[in-house]
Amino acid sequence: MIDDTSFWVVCVLLGLGTFAIRFSFLGFLGGRKLPEWALLHLRYTGVAVFPALVTPLVIWPDATGGVPDPLRIVAAVAAFVVGLKGSVIGAIVAGMGTLYALHFIQTLI
Amino acid sequence: MTPRAAFWRGFRDCAPFILIVVPYSMLFGVVARDAGLDVVQTMSMSVLVIAGASQFTALALLQDQAPVFIALLAALAVNLRMAMYSAALVPYVGHARLGTRAVMAYLMVDQAFAVAVKTYEDHPDMRPDTRVAYYFGCMMLICPFWYGCTLLGALVGQAIPAGYMLDFAVPVCFIALTAPLLRSLPHILAALASCVAAIAFAWVPWSLGLLVAAAIAMVVGAQAELALRRRQARAG
Repeated sequence: MIDDTSFWVVCVLLGLGTFAIRFSFLGFLGGRKLPEWALLHLRYTGVAVFPALVTPLVIWPDATGGVPDPLRIVAAVAAFVVGLKGSVIGAIVAGMGTLYALHFIQTLI
Repeated sequence: MTPRAAFWRGFRDCAPFILIVVPYSMLFGVVARDAGLDVVQTMSMSVLVIAGASQFTALALLQDQAPVFIALLAALAVNLRMAMYSAALVPYVGHARLGTRAVMAYLMVDQAFAVAVKTYEDHPDMRPDTRVAYYFGCMMLICPFWYGCTLLGALVGQAIPAGYMLDFAVPVCFIALTAPLLRSLPHILAALASCVAAIAFAWVPWSLGLLVAAAIAMVVGAQAELALRRRQARAG
């Protein structure tokens, strides 16, 4: 469960902060250029944050009480392989589909 | 091209992205309800933030009982890339009135941004007011679908039984977002560093390991790019 106060603090500040980021150059920084070192590091924010967030969720899922679940790891790899081909929807379908399929097979055995 | 024609052209150019926005926003609605948020909370987040990846980030961390400032910092870090978008748009639409620019900033999303800037580059003769109209055409389609499908997901989500293991939709979503980003060697090295560091620092309390891992990965990516450039300069 998510605590109400925590939720609203994060929700409102994230909304304001995200707007400030989007408005930054269009709004108050005008034509000023980002320094080269900042651009260099900003290019890697996505690939820096997402894997760090995903890895623990895949290896130690809450749903199994933090015990590694081979089915989830295989499903994550399936999503990744399809995602490499550039299809976001395809990757989601492959990931969840693999998990359901493996789970179904497991109940049969 | 008249501004009106440009608006509808942007609208059509971004139409294919509906295929991504619909399931992605529905998934946010479903996962948010699954995490214990009510419909008002779920919708507030989608309307205030409209940035799916950061919404999922905040949600995952809050659900993990991470401290508020960690959830906030991590989610904001995910959105930092939009400072680049903001800077990239200035030469094309920086002339617009402040209020207009504020609305443009609010509506800024990845795919539509990419389409808009590519069109501006391909058509350097576009008039300034036409560019603004085109931008709104691009974004106007995505925004209502984003709200509507979050609501739809939030309403139908409760009907989905726990057997569907929806908790796993969150990591799968992030994997789907990350894989297409691995377009160069530095990106791949940064992602690898991020995975390894996340495991190495998993013991750090309050999910601080996430921020440490992300910082390390950004430096790895940047340094790899610099090393690659040096090597190319030597070879060339």
